[in-house]
Amino acid sequence: MRLYVDQTKCSGCHACQVACSLNLFGVTNPKMSALVIEPRFPAPGVYELKVCTQCGDCAAVCPTEAIKLNERGAYYVDFDECNLCEACVTECSEGVMFVRTELANAAWKCDLCGDCVPVCGTGVLWVAEKEQAPV
Amino acid sequence: MNGYGGSILRVDLNSGTISRQPTPAALARDFVGGRGFGLYFLTREVPVHADPLGSENKLIISSGPLSGMLIPGGGKCDWTTKSPLTGGYADASMGGHFTAEMKYAGVDSIILEGISPKPVYLFIDDRKVELRDATSLWGKGAIDVEVSLKKQYGEEYQIAAIGPGGENQVLYACINHDYGRQAGRGGVGAVMGSKLLKAIVVHGTQSIPVADLDAYRQAGMALYKACKDSDGLKDWTRYGTTIVVSWCDEVGALPTRNFSAGSFEGGKTLYGPVMREQIVVTDKGCFGCPCPCGKYSRMKRYGTQVEGPEYETIGMLGSNLGISDIQDVAQANLLCDDLGIDSISTGGCIAWAIECYEKGLLSKTDVDGLDLRFGNAEAVFAAIKLIATRQGKLGVLLSEGVKRAAQKVGNGSEKFAIQIKGMEQSAYATHNATAMLVSYMTCDVGAHHNRAWAITYDLQVGRDRVAPDKVARVIWLQNFRPMFDVLGACRLQWVELGIDRDLYMPALEAITGIRRSWEDLEKVGERIWNLARLYWQREIEDFGRDWDLPAPRFYEDPPTTGVTAGQITRFEDVQRLLDMYYEQRGWDANGAPTAETLERLNLTVVPN
Repeated sequence: MRLYVDQTKCSGCHACQVACSLNLFGVTNPKMSALVIEPRFPAPGVYELKVCTQCGDCAAVCPTEAIKLNERGAYYVDFDECNLCEACVTECSEGVMFVRTELANAAWKCDLCGDCVPVCGTGVLWVAEKEQAPV
Repeated sequence: MNGYGGSILRVDLNSGTISRQPTPAALARDFVGGRGFGLYFLTREVPVHADPLGSENKLIISSGPLSGMLIPGGGKCDWTTKSPLTGGYADASMGGHFTAEMKYAGVDSIILEGISPKPVYLFIDDRKVELRDATSLWGKGAIDVEVSLKKQYGEEYQIAAIGPGGENQVLYACINHDYGRQAGRGGVGAVMGSKLLKAIVVHGTQSIPVADLDAYRQAGMALYKACKDSDGLKDWTRYGTTIVVSWCDEVGALPTRNFSAGSFEGGKTLYGPVMREQIVVTDKGCFGCPCPCGKYSRMKRYGTQVEGPEYETIGMLGSNLGISDIQDVAQANLLCDDLGIDSISTGGCIAWAIECYEKGLLSKTDVDGLDLRFGNAEAVFAAIKLIATRQGKLGVLLSEGVKRAAQKVGNGSEKFAIQIKGMEQSAYATHNATAMLVSYMTCDVGAHHNRAWAITYDLQVGRDRVAPDKVARVIWLQNFRPMFDVLGACRLQWVELGIDRDLYMPALEAITGIRRSWEDLEKVGERIWNLARLYWQREIEDFGRDWDLPAPRFYEDPPTTGVTAGQITRFEDVQRLLDMYYEQRGWDANGAPTAETLERLNLTVVPN
């Protein structure tokens, strides 16, 4: 299972990021979310969206084995075991591993909670086994 | 304080002094946020009869308790000042992401005071707040400024900027943000320009404290679910505000050739579906919005792009100027945005000038040689540039708004200057729609629609009826709808998706820890409405009933074409509507709140 996106539908509202920060940290703070929205304005006038593919590369390089699988089959960061080495950040080809020490004392990533999906009004996001249009 | 950024940021541009005070709990209790905070500070702090473009005036930017939260449309930012256009209260609401970012930087209101000795921009990065040199940005378009500052600081930083229109203090200059969202009305951009403040950059990384996390998440999710379950979601998201162009055209509310009619023979090519198919490339949402009304468009003919045009701009720069090509309208929209002038007032002023020119009240020299006629987009583009730069006879004349322009030109041109209190009327023709007419007449900033969008009520109950229920509807909407601007959230999820407004109350309580009802908030709204009225009375010596009268076009100059042909609201009925309104508001025959009303609303002294 992983999160899929149709970024052509993204309107850049950041609701997904607010829901994400509430799940990961229990705070209202889109800077502490695991999705990246990159607005491309004024031209060409689109939003690019990056989400975790659950490829596991981050877990493979983590020296403290802080990145583990949860009951949803998704990789998550065990905050207590992260030493902030940033190996995962360097390894992540999607740019969705985060270390911002001014905000949190551990790395973070998408744990596939799915809370971003119901707040997206334009149907950008869905969780599935394989890439297919959401039902 | 739960639900708030927690501080009021005060910036004295005269001296460069910057200070922060905690947001007073009593202020949050009595005025809640947003527009409430703005009016409170304006009333308390700006001296009586201050020059709107002088050092004494202040520009107050406020978020609300729902801004930046898990709330659909929690992205509304309020800009309050003394209006240079009207001389009264100005309050402009801006969408986008600015208000959320303010709160993440711990700021509920920014109070801008004084005049900087040189062009500057305000830089806010969490606790770090500085005035920085803007010499290299001065003279640039608002979009260029945003590109430049985003490049320097990054996408997380939110920008609000003025264009040349604000620098030149065009009296209806606007403030631009997020490549297409504006604080549009009343000349807030002129006030910013008068302070030599080119832009504000804001970035925050703080989390907003809430009273009950679990209840907040549940209530927020319930609001999103209601939006997504709405039958209206799909079409509203596809067309945004342009969904009403066809409806307005059909019912005679689409301003056409300076409001001389309410239906446009070229209207069909401006309808939402045509625009969607021809120019829209992306849906663009404000903060947290599940139903983004922003339509980002590409105009192939001009090789340009713009956010919009939305309904108001299509009405004012399209049909009201006799323009039927959506790319032309969008290009005019882009010019207004980048040059930093309000597209509604601009359309109103140019339409009036065209009518003057066609009637021989303005000569070819007066219009700087332009072929100024309805339907000529090139002349409109040229006029927009003249206005924003205050160049040419036409640019100078129109840069002060249609009321002043008509006073100068005279010869009956005042009768078709479509304004109230000095503000150009927004895009609903009100020849025969009595509730909407009263809504415009009594709106607290001048002829603006968004306080009480009562035109659907007119259509429901009989548009020409002159009856107390029409007025009651307007008053209820005026007390209630602006509360969204107080809370810092968008009203359109309620208006357009029809979600149950009671769903907001558990969210507000979980966020702030204070239980409130809509009944309670409507009382706050009524108090704010009356305080705004007192502000007008305080600032304008002869303020009274005459200031509430509409343009004579709506009571003595019936359209000759379209579905409202031959229809007006008679002047005696206009006066009857005002009588009913004043009586229901608890105001006297000249429109002043009575002593009993002030007593009831606890407004006998300036709120402390």
